[in-house]
Amino acid sequence: MLFQVIWFVLWGVLWAVYFMLDGFDLGAGMLYPFVAGSEAEKGAVLDSIGPVWGGNEVWLITAGGATFAAFPTTYALMFSYLYTALLLLLFSLILRGVAIEFRGKAEGAGWRKGWGLMLWLGSFLPALLFGVAFGNIFMGLPMDAQGYHGGFMSLLNPYGLLTGVLFVMLFLVHGSLWIALKTGGRTEGRARRAANGLWYALLAAAVAFLASTVFATKLYVNYLKAPALLVLPAAAVLALLAIKFFAVKGRNLQAFFASCAAIVMVAFTGVAGLFPNLIPSSIDPASSLTLFNSSSSPYTLKIMTAVAAVFVPIVILYQIWTYRVFRHKAVDAAGGKGTY
Amino acid sequence: MDTLALSRLQFAVTAIFHFFFVPLTLGLSLMVAWMETRYLRTGEEVYLGMTKFWGKLFLINFALGVVTGITMEFQFGMNWAQYSKYVGDIFGAPLAIEATVAFFLESTFIGVWVFGWDKVSPGVHALSIWLVAIATNLSALWILLANGWMQHPVGYVIRHGRAEMSSFPAVLTNKTGWLEFLHTVLSGYVIAAFFVMSVSAWHLLKKQKTDFFRRSFRAAATFGLIASLLVVFAGDLSASGVARTQPSKFAAIEAHWQTESHCAYNLICYPDVKGQRNIIEALKIPGFLSYLAFGNTGAKITGLRDIPEDLRPPVLGAFLSFRVMVGLGFLFIILSIVAFIRSRGAGLESRRALLRVMLYALPLPYIAAQLGWIVTEVGRQPWIVYGVLKTSDAVTKTIGPVQVWTSLAGFTFLYGALAVTDAYLLAKTARKGPEAAPAGASENPWAGQEA
Repeated sequence: MLFQVIWFVLWGVLWAVYFMLDGFDLGAGMLYPFVAGSEAEKGAVLDSIGPVWGGNEVWLITAGGATFAAFPTTYALMFSYLYTALLLLLFSLILRGVAIEFRGKAEGAGWRKGWGLMLWLGSFLPALLFGVAFGNIFMGLPMDAQGYHGGFMSLLNPYGLLTGVLFVMLFLVHGSLWIALKTGGRTEGRARRAANGLWYALLAAAVAFLASTVFATKLYVNYLKAPALLVLPAAAVLALLAIKFFAVKGRNLQAFFASCAAIVMVAFTGVAGLFPNLIPSSIDPASSLTLFNSSSSPYTLKIMTAVAAVFVPIVILYQIWTYRVFRHKAVDAAGGKGTY
Repeated sequence: MDTLALSRLQFAVTAIFHFFFVPLTLGLSLMVAWMETRYLRTGEEVYLGMTKFWGKLFLINFALGVVTGITMEFQFGMNWAQYSKYVGDIFGAPLAIEATVAFFLESTFIGVWVFGWDKVSPGVHALSIWLVAIATNLSALWILLANGWMQHPVGYVIRHGRAEMSSFPAVLTNKTGWLEFLHTVLSGYVIAAFFVMSVSAWHLLKKQKTDFFRRSFRAAATFGLIASLLVVFAGDLSASGVARTQPSKFAAIEAHWQTESHCAYNLICYPDVKGQRNIIEALKIPGFLSYLAFGNTGAKITGLRDIPEDLRPPVLGAFLSFRVMVGLGFLFIILSIVAFIRSRGAGLESRRALLRVMLYALPLPYIAAQLGWIVTEVGRQPWIVYGVLKTSDAVTKTIGPVQVWTSLAGFTFLYGALAVTDAYLLAKTARKGPEAAPAGASENPWAGQEA
């Protein structure tokens, strides 16, 4: 029981950290054609995510691996039920990774344009699809003892799409703040203006999401049972407001940290509402996948806890070290380097 | 084709494609780390140039290895849900550990290495590529411990309708997994050595940048000689392990039909699967098969006829893959010895026959590595976990042929396009050769190329 709960929490944390870290890469991938004018400016934006995007994406691979190891039944059913959506997600992530690495490795405007387009698509689609997938998980999937009664199109329901839009907006604001932080000159100015403008759209999406979550999902039940949990959505709202507070003043770093907090708190809000389900069933509560009925044996969970307790802190330490190494702004068109 | 056949085909396509990139990464990362260390030790610019040139080729290849790896992780759940449910308790752990222990290290420090030339000290920079090399090899260890468990399941009990882990140390010390690991990484080193020799041979044949490529060739020849000797040794250990743990696979790869002791080895052999015998058997070495399998010329070896037909792997495919792989393995030793000796003396660039052979030998170690995987995976059929779970019981029940046709077509198209692009980039970069002017350590050769 204890280890099952530990892994449920870790499961939520892994997803939250993944969204927080890769969120700005995906946001930057969507935004760079709009905030960077010249080839040099585009290069500076891509150089800002170049050293870190790979390490960020591993949080997704670890979230997937942890689901496999700790909740194999959830892993098996989630990945096979969402077959087509995951396939699209895979293709997008493959294209994005290759685009980042290949775009600068050959000459020619056509080459750059082609990979640039792939990068944009490979950033936009995962943002949207992760939102759609989690929106549907929050609602519950139509599954019972006979299996899954939905398809790819049934995932594209209003609430799923709204969650998709929320994720896209979160990552856009997050990415524009990252770019503002990591570039200088005109790019920084445009990114900051983008963050400030997009924030209103994010606010609208967040309000719509919170309101419809009450009607479309049963997440609120846990909050009624344990009102103390309300601190999570409250923190999400506060962080959301803090983004604007700092962005208006041009305090890039604080605004960026606020959007980190907003993403993590939105994810926690959802996961806390799900407990003890990993994936609720929308048609048969007895078929919901919970941390009790879909987990690994206590022995495996103990081994995995020990591994995570030793290695995750080490990972966090060297990743923080990397962010310190690359704390300088990427070189922009004017050739100006700086630190924040 | 049904969902099962299509899912198997898709797994084969995506795994084979993934394994075109991984083995080069395993060996080239080590060679680049050695080059950078040489530069730090000697201060000779040529080693810096080598680090950057081979490093660039390494990176092009590395990117595709990483992105195609995500597919492998997702696919267990997508297409093999029954498998994932049944063995996730034990098979998921090494996968999760691989990500936590190896992938993070690899992906984080590759960023430091590529973008950190002027941001960290030379020592830390060299340390980064060593960490990448170690992490890449470490990730191979964990995934092969997972695969080793599928070949020879240990440390589990069947409980609650699934295989549950009962001993983590048993999974960790599974000899099958460790032998697979040794054999696989060493084959990766052979591939990397032949890759470096092939590209170097191309330039040496053109007599350009001869000092640079002579040194690269010489280093690769040494590396290749050691690796190609060890890979055969590790392969022999693996094969005798198979004789003990997977008798049906061993019988298939050796086309051994009749259970008997004092088994001879046929240097030339060709099986007739329908007739359950060999049509050609020549150049017999008495007792040698028994010796290879159990270290004893009198040992008894189970023949295919004593294994029920529905529990036999596809004999011809397993047999031919194994024979060709072994043949290639010995060829690599011969080529490496010649390359090693010739690269010691002066005038390597005038050994045109050798250079031409080494230039065109490039595909061979790749083919050998793929054949090795065919032996491993096809030879295990009809089991997905040997003796525990059949492949036909492992496939996802809730997906239909249309879905898998679609994904298979998508993967084939996408991977095909990526393969063409990757080959184009590799060839272009390899032909261009090292940068003309020796670049200073303060310059970042990859970042900001757009500028």
